[in-house]
Amino acid sequence: MNQAIRNTWVVIMAMFMVLIAAISIIQVVAADTLKNNDFNSRQLYQEFGSARGPILVDGAAIAESVESNDDFNYQRVYHDPLLYSGLTGFYSLTYGATGLEDKMNRYLAGTSDGQFVDRIVELFSGTPMEGAQVELTIDPQMQQVAYDALPEGVTASAVITDPKTGDILAMASKPSFDTNLLAVHSGAQASANMEELQSVPGLSPYVNRPTASLAAPGSTFKLIDTVAMLESGQYQPDSVLEVPDSITLPNSSTQLGNFGGGICGTFDQATLAEIFAQSCNTPFATAAMELGQDRIRTTAENFGFNESFDIPLTVSGSQFPEDMDDAELAQSALGQRNVKATALQMNMVAAAIANDGTLMKPQLIDSIRGSDLTLLEETQPEVFKRPTTPEVSEQMTQMMRGVVDGGTAYRAKSDTVDIAAKTGTAQISAETDDVHSWITGFAPADDPQVAVTLVYQNIDYDTGSALTSTKLKDIMEAVVTQ
Amino acid sequence: MHQVVVPVRPRRNTELLLLLLGLCIGVGANLLGAIGMDREITPEYWVQGAVLAIMALLFHLVLRLKARYADPYILPIVVTLNGLGIAMIHRIDIAEGDNAASRQLIWTVVAMGAAIALLWLLKDHRILRRWPYLFLAISGLLLLLPLVPGLGMEINGARIWINLGVGSFQPGEVAKVTLAVFFAGYLSANRDLILLAGKRIGPITFPRFRDMGPLVVAWLISMGVLVFQRDLGSAILFFGLFMAMIYLATSRTSWILLGLSLVAVGGVIAVNTISHVGLRVDAWLNAFDPEVYNRGAGSYQIVQGLFGLASGGLLGTGLGGGRPDIVAFANSDMIIASFGEELGFVGLAAIIMLFVLLVTRIMRAALGTRDTFGKLLAAGLAFTMALQCFVVIGGVTMVIPLTGLTTPFMAAGGSSLLANWLVVALVLMVSQSARRPVAVGPMVNASGAGSGHQDPATGPATPETPVTATPGGELA
Repeated sequence: MNQAIRNTWVVIMAMFMVLIAAISIIQVVAADTLKNNDFNSRQLYQEFGSARGPILVDGAAIAESVESNDDFNYQRVYHDPLLYSGLTGFYSLTYGATGLEDKMNRYLAGTSDGQFVDRIVELFSGTPMEGAQVELTIDPQMQQVAYDALPEGVTASAVITDPKTGDILAMASKPSFDTNLLAVHSGAQASANMEELQSVPGLSPYVNRPTASLAAPGSTFKLIDTVAMLESGQYQPDSVLEVPDSITLPNSSTQLGNFGGGICGTFDQATLAEIFAQSCNTPFATAAMELGQDRIRTTAENFGFNESFDIPLTVSGSQFPEDMDDAELAQSALGQRNVKATALQMNMVAAAIANDGTLMKPQLIDSIRGSDLTLLEETQPEVFKRPTTPEVSEQMTQMMRGVVDGGTAYRAKSDTVDIAAKTGTAQISAETDDVHSWITGFAPADDPQVAVTLVYQNIDYDTGSALTSTKLKDIMEAVVTQ
Repeated sequence: MHQVVVPVRPRRNTELLLLLLGLCIGVGANLLGAIGMDREITPEYWVQGAVLAIMALLFHLVLRLKARYADPYILPIVVTLNGLGIAMIHRIDIAEGDNAASRQLIWTVVAMGAAIALLWLLKDHRILRRWPYLFLAISGLLLLLPLVPGLGMEINGARIWINLGVGSFQPGEVAKVTLAVFFAGYLSANRDLILLAGKRIGPITFPRFRDMGPLVVAWLISMGVLVFQRDLGSAILFFGLFMAMIYLATSRTSWILLGLSLVAVGGVIAVNTISHVGLRVDAWLNAFDPEVYNRGAGSYQIVQGLFGLASGGLLGTGLGGGRPDIVAFANSDMIIASFGEELGFVGLAAIIMLFVLLVTRIMRAALGTRDTFGKLLAAGLAFTMALQCFVVIGGVTMVIPLTGLTTPFMAAGGSSLLANWLVVALVLMVSQSARRPVAVGPMVNASGAGSGHQDPATGPATPETPVTATPGGELA
């Protein structure tokens, strides 16, 4: 009988050996495969279950994690979400992270290199570390002003920057949405909310319109043309140019005329400053064809076209394509056809002119601090490009003042602030009368504090052109300190 | 067979030392769980630690008084496992807002109290040999209780609980012990008849039905009841107990092979005809199939358990650092996944090694004791415990399909705790008889008359110089 007991013991040992083998396969050999399995939501539980750092504007949280009583322990909460949805993006269990929640994830989640020591401390102390807090360059008052300058029901963007530092002081867009709707932990609730949001016309919850939406810049692109013209040495602000009512585009029968046949129709010829102020099309088309597309494109690229960069939100590269024929070039010089720009890009053009020809890198992050408030990173002003000279900038500034002083932006004329600006109206297609209405400028003209850009997309011409100038004036009067 | 003659020492001080170590591990784990979750250490933690320590030391004291030669390792190992179980249940309570740890603590007191009482009152396990049919009757009664209308309860599709008013109880767990007592009693008395009086058909000698009858009837009743109650895990356990007992008593491998092949046939039929068995097997074979994963009785639970184990990795997240509460039944059926997650492969392997040591010590007692009944009882119970570990841990780790069994001493559940502590009391008595110095002379049959025990003479010894005769020698 003892032999039978020993044999039974051997069988028992074999069974336990199988178990040890099984757990070594599951916990060691196949552990990574299991961790990356599609069904495995533990990574999410871990991420969503930790205290994620807040996103701050002027010291107040616009996104923060508060303790919750569900499976995840923490719930992401957004304050003033309509104002900031494009910047913060959302942090959703169902739809992932977008915006700064995505771009700054390493800091917010506490996995950046700078937080390495904290993680070691966490490992040994067991005290769960909190993510870093990210302070934005946004000025909350300006953000509110910018947001209010955009009417309900219109697809529109507003950007305010400091030309001297590149700090983005406000960046708003409409239609906006409540990011809290997508941060809910219930997958069913989140997808119902997402469905509802996507049915709102013009709303794309994944896109920050001022940095991601490309639209034809219309006559605001004449800022680039004019810089190229002045830099060529062949033109001066007082150069007198022919202003035909229309020109026939090379190798075609297409007529290119001045917009609406307004004041430009009364000139036969005028100075560059005058045609700039009235935004006459034909002299710029002719000049662009004379200068050649390479010159225009180089100037455009000096201001940031054809280049995508991060602020850290990804800014779509604005487009000025290569290999155009003269007809395409003539239309592109007017900010139509193949040229497309983001609101931020046209803001950078104005900001570079305002800052004596030096373009500062646009920045959205002011500083990053650990949960114990130690400074991890602080953004310093950084020269992005030097698109033009102080002399040309000064000439441009004077001409942009002319736009406000009796030019196309006469409605932006302010008694208190000296504004320099350029308007733009881009026709969308032959099928619709709706246009993109732009304005980009800065103030005060002699010592610029802010560069402001507004764009109202798919709007009728009269509403759009009335909005751009009056809203620019409102913003400038509200944000420029005397 | 060689023979070792050594002076016997009770080794109760070894036990005390190991017991304190085991208590440190169990109580320490409880406190670490609180620290890991950043929770305040409430008086509850100290109460749990103190109650466990008092019961363990009381048990130790009773062993000093009543069974001073009992195996010194069994109690410390079991107390460690029980303490770890309470710590993990408490830790999951905090995550889920439950109060299972307090219930588990009360059941621990009840179970250890019952084991102490059994030790105190019974003194010698051989008394149980006298009434095998009484234990058969008790087993049948216990198994049938859940089917009594008004008393039985159905939870999660299995009708294996009875309502005690204050809580539910699974009488099948205790039936496992009483049935083992019956098998051991019947086989120790009748093994000669079963072995010798038989008819040879081909290569296999079959016993007479009237010798095997009571066993087969007992087995059929228990299996029938379990199939009726839809409790697959216990069915495997009872069958394993039956086969192990037959083999231990007869050493006939051919009968085991025959039994296993019958089970294979029965298993195939069950998978294809009984829907819940088929679903379990499907969930095991196709666990990662999205359809099976998302199905009602599908593989969601087991796959979540695997993810828990994988997230623990080699060293684990540390107690309180993981999310075992994500897995359903994290403190009972899936407690092994919870331990694997927070203690890692290293910790889980250590727990499995504790079971290996425990089962080995019980087998050692079976080898050492001189009575057939004690040998069969201890070895049978050891095998059942090992099989239970295999079925439950193997189920969680996908070695076999998942069935609803509890991890001995660790999983939340009073019936299992009570049954396993009764097993501890029984095997401690067997080990006491194995290690107790006896005056062995040529005229003394230490196993008692009529036991059918066939030990060879155990060497020269005189009453004046007590020695232990350890006929089993070393384990293989």
